[in-house]
Amino acid sequence: MTADLDSLSVLALYSAMAVYALAFVGFAIDLARRSSPPLVDQATSHSATLNMSARVGTAPTLTLPPQTTTETGATKPPARSTAARVATSLTVLAWTLQIGATALRGVVAERLPWANMYEFSLTGTVVIVGVYLGLLTRIDLRYLGTFITGLTLVLLGISTVQYYVPVSPLPPALQSYWLVIHVFVAIVATGFFAIGFALSFIQLASARQRETTAIKRLATLLQSLPTAEKLENLAYRVNIIGFILWTFTLIAGAIWAERAWGRYWGWDTKEVWTFIIWVLYAGYIHARATAGWRGSRSAWLGIVGFAAVLFNFGIVNVFFTGLHSYSGL
Amino acid sequence: MGGSSVAAIPLGPGGWLRWMWRQLTSMRTALLLLLLLALAAVPGSLVPQRSADPNGVTQYFTNNPDLAPILDSVQAFDVYTSVWFSSIYLLLFVSLIGCIVPRTIHHARALRAAPPRTPARLNRFDAYRHDTLDRPLTPAEITDAATRLLKGDRYRVIRFEQPARDGTAEASVSAERGYLRETGNLVFHTSLIGILIAVGLGGGFGFTGQRVIVEGQSFINTLASYDSFNPGRFFDPANLDRYSLSLDRFTVDYEQRNRKALGQPIDYTADVTTRWQESGKTDSATIKVNEPLRVGATDIYLLGNGYAPQITVRDPAGNIVFTDDVPFLPQDSNLTSLGVIKVPDGLAQQVGMVGFFYPTQSTLASGAYTSIYPDLEYPLLTLNVYQGDLGLDAGNPKSVYALDTSTLTQLTGGTTEVKSIELEAGQSQDLPGGMGTVSLDSVKRFASFEVHSDPVQGWVLLFSILVLGGLLTSLFIPRRRIWVKTSTTADGAVTIETAGLARGDDPRLQPAVSHLHERLLKALDMASAPVTGAAEPSPTPTGEKETR
Repeated sequence: MTADLDSLSVLALYSAMAVYALAFVGFAIDLARRSSPPLVDQATSHSATLNMSARVGTAPTLTLPPQTTTETGATKPPARSTAARVATSLTVLAWTLQIGATALRGVVAERLPWANMYEFSLTGTVVIVGVYLGLLTRIDLRYLGTFITGLTLVLLGISTVQYYVPVSPLPPALQSYWLVIHVFVAIVATGFFAIGFALSFIQLASARQRETTAIKRLATLLQSLPTAEKLENLAYRVNIIGFILWTFTLIAGAIWAERAWGRYWGWDTKEVWTFIIWVLYAGYIHARATAGWRGSRSAWLGIVGFAAVLFNFGIVNVFFTGLHSYSGL
Repeated sequence: MGGSSVAAIPLGPGGWLRWMWRQLTSMRTALLLLLLLALAAVPGSLVPQRSADPNGVTQYFTNNPDLAPILDSVQAFDVYTSVWFSSIYLLLFVSLIGCIVPRTIHHARALRAAPPRTPARLNRFDAYRHDTLDRPLTPAEITDAATRLLKGDRYRVIRFEQPARDGTAEASVSAERGYLRETGNLVFHTSLIGILIAVGLGGGFGFTGQRVIVEGQSFINTLASYDSFNPGRFFDPANLDRYSLSLDRFTVDYEQRNRKALGQPIDYTADVTTRWQESGKTDSATIKVNEPLRVGATDIYLLGNGYAPQITVRDPAGNIVFTDDVPFLPQDSNLTSLGVIKVPDGLAQQVGMVGFFYPTQSTLASGAYTSIYPDLEYPLLTLNVYQGDLGLDAGNPKSVYALDTSTLTQLTGGTTEVKSIELEAGQSQDLPGGMGTVSLDSVKRFASFEVHSDPVQGWVLLFSILVLGGLLTSLFIPRRRIWVKTSTTADGAVTIETAGLARGDDPRLQPAVSHLHERLLKALDMASAPVTGAAEPSPTPTGEKETR
């Protein structure tokens, strides 16, 4: 019975990954469209959109006349893109499937599904996509779709191949409500940092593009995105939410460590890296208020910060010895 | 004096100090120190640390005999107490203090000061709205309404009236809010200093001690009865609470249903009794992982467990020369355990034994024994016997978990071609050479406890919560100034201008200004009557926000 449910969970996960892959393709087509040279008149623009929708396999009736080929004679690509819309819907579908997979895993295990690397990756990517979709309802971040779905696919791919373990009970050290709080908040923080990272990355590309226009298609693509300054402000807002959550993770972790190990801080490898990440993002926030460090330099700090987050998750958990080594990996 | 060059003004010692202080407390230096701190923390995760993993350090020295002393000379095994790590964070905190003291003074003044004068031209701000009305409203009526609205939004408000000039009358309201943002910022940084001080000083008053207790035995909370003890710098052993702790029972639940996780421990329970020595008051309690027991000013944590076989050695006449529950250290997840028995007196020579204990013994293809399940299903004890000098008489302290075989002769097992002694529970066997007998009477469990006292950790928690609270207020409460200005021209037209200025990151300034402006028009019951209007972006976006 449990084995059946567990394989159902894995099946749902594979389906979710397949749909994420389709969503990735959709977002990539959207980016390709953004990077194609500006269209000259309404007629060509219209037919291009129709072609696009036919290619991704949606009903042509869905295609609305592009809105931006309006007064100015279409110097920028249409804001509404069928490819991006389809990709967003697919992402929601894949996310729903993945939530099902994760919830089933929790049902089988009779506990919360984040006690080992496999489950942590599962829940982690659910939350990253969730944060992304949540932000999407307020800000148009569809240009980050390839990054988010791509990252999710890579993480899920690695974890299903490398870290899949059969369901096992929670070891006594993890039997604490702090597992719910500490780990979950850490995952949500990671979701915000991931989006901040992607924004900073585009910001850097955008700032560089201002200097060189060597790759024409890239330049066109970047012109369709918000300006570097807007991206920087957006990245900052996303990252400070991540930073607050990370601060909470650090404090909650210390409280749990005090309960479980008898000391609130002991420079365990995972504690060290959590501290390093906290300091890096503190640096990022201060950089925005430091003369000469706004703009690209602070963006680099955000990128280094997220690299440390990934390192903490992918390398420290697996290759470093410490108290945080996950059960059965 | 007519110096030859502008740059040649000599700095006296005081000048140099001031220059250095200014450098240290600059934002750029603080940022560099922060990044340096992150970088300096990295090596401590790459190399084992004495504080967290002393055995790892010993192992590292064995594995890297050439590299380890070099690393040790730069304190790579004590990164977080090293001179270089400490100097980075101390410099950072000095820089921090140098930053927050003047800011606190400045903020204290700002808290009592009135909002600044209304700027002459409001249309140079990014967040700007204006409307012209044709209703005959006096400037006072408009500023009254604006004041009421702004005060309702918890702004600090001050009004300015300008005397009429060339037929125009002008009045304005200057408002500011969000002082809590800076307060939160200062609380955040001050609390970080609080944490540093609490950790630095407070660590000195506490202690940690470890002790192994076998089921049925007890431990008295005195310095001498700890297996290991790490006191803080200012700790006084006289302050140890006078109680004893006995381990009545230690229970482990193993997974038995899930085939893929068979034998995985799912619960540890230590049933204990504490007894206060003066009052004789006793209490029964349980200690679990994640559920420490508070006794007096100390917390008692369950850290580890294992088996303690009761072993008895008799001389040829049958007199008991040794009997004890000997804690064996677990070597793997199925609790194959290693222990040492030392019999210094009573036999013809001193005898040492190295034992392996298998809770559920099985034989590998190679013929070696192993344990296949952590519970006592088929327990077996094997003993390799040594005789000679145990090295105890020199008075040097020796580990009870290790046997120095350099002055001993092996009698069974290994290369001696004499089979190791094998005992099931209740069995007895002869020692080689007719020295006597050894028996395995029973097998108990032991638990290892950590006793911990940290009188300041409550302070650390308090400061941590203040850090989080300060962070939230400093990042999410917007500090902004808003001005409403009204002017009446000679022909009776009334203009209302609303402008806002963000102090710090404030993505919602524009909507806030628009919202206020519209509410003001509504309050004046004029929403329907604007002659011209709408939000126009200012022609020259050179607001104060942009100048940096």
